[in-house]
Amino acid sequence: MDAPRSAPRRRVRHLSRKALTWQIGLYALLVLLALVYVYPFLVQLATSVKTEADAAADPVSLVPDPLTWSAYGRLFLRSDFPVWFANSAVVTVLVTAGRVFFDSLAGYALARLQFRGRGVVFAALVAVMAVPTVVLLIPKFLVINQLGIYDSYAGMVLPLLVDAAGVFIMKNFFESIPASVEEQARIDGAGTFRIFWSVVLPMARPALVTIVILSFQGSWNELSHFIVAAQSPELTTLTKGVASLASGQLSQGSQYPIKLAAAAIMTIPVAVVFFVFQRRIMNTSEGAVKE
Amino acid sequence: MSLLATPRDAGYPAGPDQARQGPGRGIRRGEAVAGWLFTLPVLVILGVFLLVPVLMALWVSFSDWSGRGSPLSSGVGFVGFDNYAAVTTGGGLAERDFGIALRNNAWYVLLVVPLQTALALFLAVLVNRAVLRGRGIFRTAFYFPSVTSSVAITVLWLFLFSTSGVVNTVLARLGIAGPNWFNEPSGVLHNLLRVFGVQGGPDALTQHGFLGVTWWDWLAGPSVAMSAFVLMAIFTTSGTFMLLFIAGLQNITPEVEEAAMVDGANGWQRFWRITLPQLRPTLFTVLTLGLIGCWQVFDQIYTGTQGGPGKTTLTPAYLSYQSAFLSQEWGQGAAIAFILFVIIVLLTILQRFVLRESPDVPRKARRAAAQRARRRAAAAAAAAAPDATPDSGRTSPTEDPR
Repeated sequence: MDAPRSAPRRRVRHLSRKALTWQIGLYALLVLLALVYVYPFLVQLATSVKTEADAAADPVSLVPDPLTWSAYGRLFLRSDFPVWFANSAVVTVLVTAGRVFFDSLAGYALARLQFRGRGVVFAALVAVMAVPTVVLLIPKFLVINQLGIYDSYAGMVLPLLVDAAGVFIMKNFFESIPASVEEQARIDGAGTFRIFWSVVLPMARPALVTIVILSFQGSWNELSHFIVAAQSPELTTLTKGVASLASGQLSQGSQYPIKLAAAAIMTIPVAVVFFVFQRRIMNTSEGAVKE
Repeated sequence: MSLLATPRDAGYPAGPDQARQGPGRGIRRGEAVAGWLFTLPVLVILGVFLLVPVLMALWVSFSDWSGRGSPLSSGVGFVGFDNYAAVTTGGGLAERDFGIALRNNAWYVLLVVPLQTALALFLAVLVNRAVLRGRGIFRTAFYFPSVTSSVAITVLWLFLFSTSGVVNTVLARLGIAGPNWFNEPSGVLHNLLRVFGVQGGPDALTQHGFLGVTWWDWLAGPSVAMSAFVLMAIFTTSGTFMLLFIAGLQNITPEVEEAAMVDGANGWQRFWRITLPQLRPTLFTVLTLGLIGCWQVFDQIYTGTQGGPGKTTLTPAYLSYQSAFLSQEWGQGAAIAFILFVIIVLLTILQRFVLRESPDVPRKARRAAAQRARRRAAAAAAAAAPDATPDSGRTSPTEDPR
């Protein structure tokens, strides 16, 4: 990081000694803070390739001695980890696809279609978003159980398939598209779904990407819903599996390299999405506030 | 995060185009059907997995359902407020556990909400400086913990704060003997008092209490184990809220600040008198989201400590899960969930009330101004019609220009 040094030097002539000190202090503080935020993840990666003895003896060090991939080997070759990973992947793909489609459908209707009861639907969605998720743990289980979809993919996926927040993002976006675009298609005789699907949806790519990112993150990281929706080992997701690892399912010793390797692998897909779409993710929340 | 868009949205009556086209007119016939069909999946799924469950759980909280069969079957009896009474006035273990959980979570909220807000604001102000190089790198570093899962972070935290873990190793180098973090049930305030030689509380505090927990224990502060969770919450959420504050800061027009600078206000004064008051809406959002989130601590407890050591990391959310799914006390679990719901709602309303003042009034004024502007524009368009551009010309003279 050489930026901190070059910035003050360039301004040396314009800045008083006091201002220069300020500037240097500011960068020092920022670098220190950034280290505090990043260091835990570096430790995580380093520890995952350490031996258990090394991890216990020198937890602070970022250099494994010796370097070993045994934790990863153990996870992938001699545990249920691949099953967990596959389950998380399946659920995430289904949930994300569902949310993109249903959220944009509803968002379009709320933004553009005139129908009696639209205000009520809108108000209901606002109310729904106010219900805290943790309060829903028992309720969700009750209904999933009553419907006979407990301990199945249906029980895990269906309740997550739509998301009120996503509907709002889509609604806001569709409202920003000029109506004249649809007018033309309408005159050409296209039906409402046709207009939605072939005209408006392709224009909504930025909003769709936002929904994809949010749904991906949300369902990949989801824990509590899967706890109450399923119990069999073959339906365990990464979050549930790693949580059970954390509470010592593998027994014998602390097994930190294995636990941290599991946590690291779990973080990788989210991290990749984060770094690829970084700009958009950063703007997502900014946009949300600016409305 | 997108939740933030709602309070404002809710204020708007409908899209601006609503007044222009009546339902079911001409080319727009069939829209009503399409509208309902389009929103149907969302309504059905939210109804089935949100509204119905809440009603069903409300019934369970008033029943003696044991977890077997359907809670709606005839064998299940209505027990009134018994479940609620058991956890609030029962005098037994259920009441004490609930009291402890409330105490733990109250300390958690008391520490996490102000600290995460202050830190997020601090980071945002630091990172938002125009002259700063490498802003993106710093933002990314601060925000990254927010995107990773709470399970993964908890696993990492268990390692960092283990007896001979990273934190204690660093502390040892500074000459401090770190505690056995996640196994230490003692309250930090009690520990602090012990340093000053206070071993026990006065009778007035130890003899009386609330919800089966003595006042002395209420005042113990978060346990050392809970403090580690507090630090974790601050670590993972400050980045998210930093982004919100950055957005808020960028909405502030620089003129006022420049005027204050000309008037000779120093940086500190400008921040407190100019910047902070203008950040009020963002501050409200951050505090509310923080409050709501903090009363729902579940994933971390489930993954990390399951309420231990000595129940000092038990939270109402986890207790609700534990009562229902592990102890099969479904009625009590549901009752705890609803009490928690009420707590969250009440605190949010309280916060809205305390921070009221500015956010509401100007918004109303703004809306009125926007309406006036719209009316003026519509009138102008109507006057300029019929050959106006297709975009603005949708307001034809025959229709009510509002």
